[in-house]
Amino acid sequence: MDTIINIAYIVASVLFIVGMKQLGSAETAVRGNLISSLGMLLAVVVTLFAADLDLGFIFGGLLIGGVIGFIWAKKVQMTGMPELVAFFNGFGGLSSLLVGWAEFAKNPTFTLTEGVEGSPTFTAFAVVFAILIGGITFTGSMIAYLKLSGKMSGSAIVFPRQKIVNGLVFIGLIIVGALFIATPSAPLLGVIIVLSLLIGVLGVIPIGGGDMPVVISFLNSFSGIAASAAGFVILNNVLIVAGCLVGASGLILTIIMCKAMNRTLGNVLFGGFGAASGGKEVEGEMKALTPEDAYYVLEAAQSVVFVPGYGMAVAQAQHVVKEFGEILEENGCEVRHAIHPVAGRMPGHMNVLLAEADVPYEQLCEMDDVNDMIEMVDVAIVIGANDVVNPAALEDEDSPIYGMPIINVHKARSVFVLKRGAGKGFSGLLNTLFFRENCRMIYGDAKETITKIVAQFKG
Amino acid sequence: MEILILLLFVFVMAAFLGFELIQKVPSQLHTPLMSGSNAISGITVVGAILAVTKLQDGSELGKWLGLAALILATINVVGGYMVTNRMLSMFKKK
Repeated sequence: MDTIINIAYIVASVLFIVGMKQLGSAETAVRGNLISSLGMLLAVVVTLFAADLDLGFIFGGLLIGGVIGFIWAKKVQMTGMPELVAFFNGFGGLSSLLVGWAEFAKNPTFTLTEGVEGSPTFTAFAVVFAILIGGITFTGSMIAYLKLSGKMSGSAIVFPRQKIVNGLVFIGLIIVGALFIATPSAPLLGVIIVLSLLIGVLGVIPIGGGDMPVVISFLNSFSGIAASAAGFVILNNVLIVAGCLVGASGLILTIIMCKAMNRTLGNVLFGGFGAASGGKEVEGEMKALTPEDAYYVLEAAQSVVFVPGYGMAVAQAQHVVKEFGEILEENGCEVRHAIHPVAGRMPGHMNVLLAEADVPYEQLCEMDDVNDMIEMVDVAIVIGANDVVNPAALEDEDSPIYGMPIINVHKARSVFVLKRGAGKGFSGLLNTLFFRENCRMIYGDAKETITKIVAQFKG
Repeated sequence: MEILILLLFVFVMAAFLGFELIQKVPSQLHTPLMSGSNAISGITVVGAILAVTKLQDGSELGKWLGLAALILATINVVGGYMVTNRMLSMFKKK
C-alpha cells in the first residue's frame, strides 16, 4: 500500500507543478487552479489509506475544516480578499507548527520505528524548524490581517532598542533550539513555540501597513517552507515537494512585488518604511472642485484615464466606476483604467475588483502603457490612490518613495483626485501631486462623488 | 541516512523548480497566484492526517494536536482554492 501511496504522491506533485505553471498565465489560470486542487484531493484521499489512522477523527476534522473554509470563501467580499489570504496563510503555518509538535508528543525521543531509516537528531532539527517557521507564519499573518483590516493601526509600531530586542529573542531561540536538538524535552519545546510566535509579532509590527502585501507574499513563502519542514519531520515527500515549490515561487513573487516598488525585500522588512518622514515641504495649495464643475470638464473630454487605488475598494466604488466609464464612452470619450502594479493592498487587487464589476478587460492598462500616452489624456481621475501617483517618487530625492515607478498622472492635461479628506497616503507621505496647477481635489466618498457626476450626465 | 539525503535532494530540486516556475506573471494574476499557492501550502493537511493515528503509545495529546492541525489545514486548503477560483472566474466572464 505504501508504494501505491507514494506513487500517488508523485502524481499529486506533478499536478501541483502543472497547476502552478498554468496559474501564471491569464488564459490557463482557472484550469491551473483546478489541476492543483485535484492534486490536493488525490494526496488527501490516498493518505487516508495509510495504516493505523483513526478515520472517525479524521473525517470529523476534514468536515469541520472544510465547512468553515467553504463558508469563509463564499462570504468574503472581494475587497476583503487580501485579509482573507493572510488569514488562511496563518492557519497553514499554525498547522505545520502543530504537526511538528504532535510528532514530539507521540515520540518524545524521536526513536526510529523499526525498518525506517533516518536520524533522531535530524528529526529534532526538523521539528524545531517546522515550529519556528510555522509559528512566525501564524502570528506574522495575523498581525498582517489586523493591519489590513484596520483593526490595528497601519502605521509602523516602533519602540526603543527594537532591533536589539528582536535580535536577542532570535539568539535566545537559536540557543534553546540547539539545546532541544541535543536533548528533546517538553519545557524546551514550549519555550521554542512561545519564542517563535513572538518573533512573528515582533517582525511584522514595525512594518507599515502599505507594505503588508509584500509581507503576506513573503509569509506565504514561509508557510510553504513550514510545510516542507513538517515533511522532513514525518519523512513525507509530497509535503517536501509541494511546500518547497510554494516557498521558492512565493519568494520570487515577493521579489517581483518589491521590484515594482523599486525596493529590496530587506528594505521592506527592516526599513521601517511605514514610519516615513522626510520629503520636502510643498508650496502651493490644494484646489477643490465640486462634482458639478467636474461634469462640465468631463463632458468635453475626449480621453479619460481612471487610476484606482485602495480608496476605491473601501468605498466599494467599482460598480459605479464601471457605469461612469460606460457613460463617458457613450459620450464619445475614450476610457482606460490604469493599474499600478502595487495599487491597493495587494498586487492585482484592483484588477480583481474591476473584473468583479465587469469592466471590459481591454480597458485595463498597465502602468507603462499609460505613461507612454499620458500627455494626450484630457482628464486623469484618481480614485482613492495616493502614493502610486505621487510625483515626489520621480523628483524628490529625499522622499522615501524616491525611485518607485508611478503613473505619471501629473503630466495629463488635468487631474481629478477623488479623496475623503486632505490627509496623507497609507505611507504617511504628503502627495505633491495635489498641489499641482493641473490638479483638482473632489472631496468626499468616491462612490457618492461618482454617483453625483453620473447623475449630471443622465440629467 | 540515505533516505534523508534523497529527501534533501528532492527538496533542492523542488526549490529550483519553484524559482523557475514563476517568471513573467502579469501583475493582475499576482493575487490569485499568491492565493492559489497559499492553498498548495495547505499540503500540510497530509501531515496532519498522518498525525491522527489510533492510540498506541498512549499519546492522547499528539492525536488532539493532529486534529487541530487537520482542521486548520483543511480551512487553508478548501478556502484557498475556492477563493482563488472566485477571483479567477471574475476575469473570465466577459
